[in-house]
Amino acid sequence: MRLLILAALLCAVVSSALAIDTAPAFDDPAMQARYDHLIHELRCVQCRSQSIADSNVGLAADLRRQVRELMAAGKSDREILEYMTDRYGDYILYTPPVKPSTWLLWSAPVLLVLIGGIAAAIVISRKSRLPADDLVEEDRTHDDPGVS
Amino acid sequence: MWRFLIPAGLFAALVAFFYFSLGRDKETLPSPLIGKPAPAFELPRLDDPSKNIGGKDFAGRPYVLNVWGTWCVGCRQEHPVLLQIAERGEIPIVGIDWKDDREQALRWLHELGNPYVDVGSDEEGRVAIDWGVYGAPETFLIDGNGQVIYKHIAPMTMEVWEREFVPLIRKAGTQR
Repeated sequence: MRLLILAALLCAVVSSALAIDTAPAFDDPAMQARYDHLIHELRCVQCRSQSIADSNVGLAADLRRQVRELMAAGKSDREILEYMTDRYGDYILYTPPVKPSTWLLWSAPVLLVLIGGIAAAIVISRKSRLPADDLVEEDRTHDDPGVS
Repeated sequence: MWRFLIPAGLFAALVAFFYFSLGRDKETLPSPLIGKPAPAFELPRLDDPSKNIGGKDFAGRPYVLNVWGTWCVGCRQEHPVLLQIAERGEIPIVGIDWKDDREQALRWLHELGNPYVDVGSDEEGRVAIDWGVYGAPETFLIDGNGQVIYKHIAPMTMEVWEREFVPLIRKAGTQR
């Protein structure tokens, strides 16, 4: 019996520990959607690899409260993100802004595909310019019993 | 010849990049506040909540703002250093007790000594957010014009104090 009570108590403790803001922050679904988007866009600067939506450290909870209050005060998403970067820098954003210091970062995927494409084009065009009987030559020297 | 030189060169560049990245400090986030006016704040005093302290109480001359809490291990580590700095009397140290229990904080200062000219208690963490605080201890240096000129994130050591803070304090002092 005592064990049962203990287990029930533990369950109660655990469920409250798992819950991060169980109740929705806003009654209006549109506001709630904006809120969800914003807190997933903001990094928990204390824990680094989590958004403030996923973290239950004190600072993340404080920042969520701040987002709720700013939204309730009628601030736009852009103003709220600006409020955060004014204090914590661009690092708090999961999507870094496009500016001179991040041009390389943003253009990297395109650049890498271009470099790969050019390299592939060079290799293919070189191979295709080789004489056709080159392959046959190679096959003969390998003496593959399957071809004979 | 090129066939071997290009990959070898690329590999060497990659090795150099990784080598120099090894020593880089990736923990400390640069503060966007440096060179900007210190955020205004108004907090109840730790020792007497009926009174407030604020940035304007310290305006006009350089001061240090130290964010701490009794739950913070690094703060305990740096505490003797703060006491030592306070004893030298170069500059006043203002404390912000961040998301802490008043009783515990008062006991901490009573037991370990009090390096602060004043401590404001930021139980809700609102002032800390305005200052971009993300992990105690953090120590800011504010010059006589009310501008944040330096931020140290980690326990204060005498070495950091001498190397980073003292020259800036001297400079801030002579400018006025």
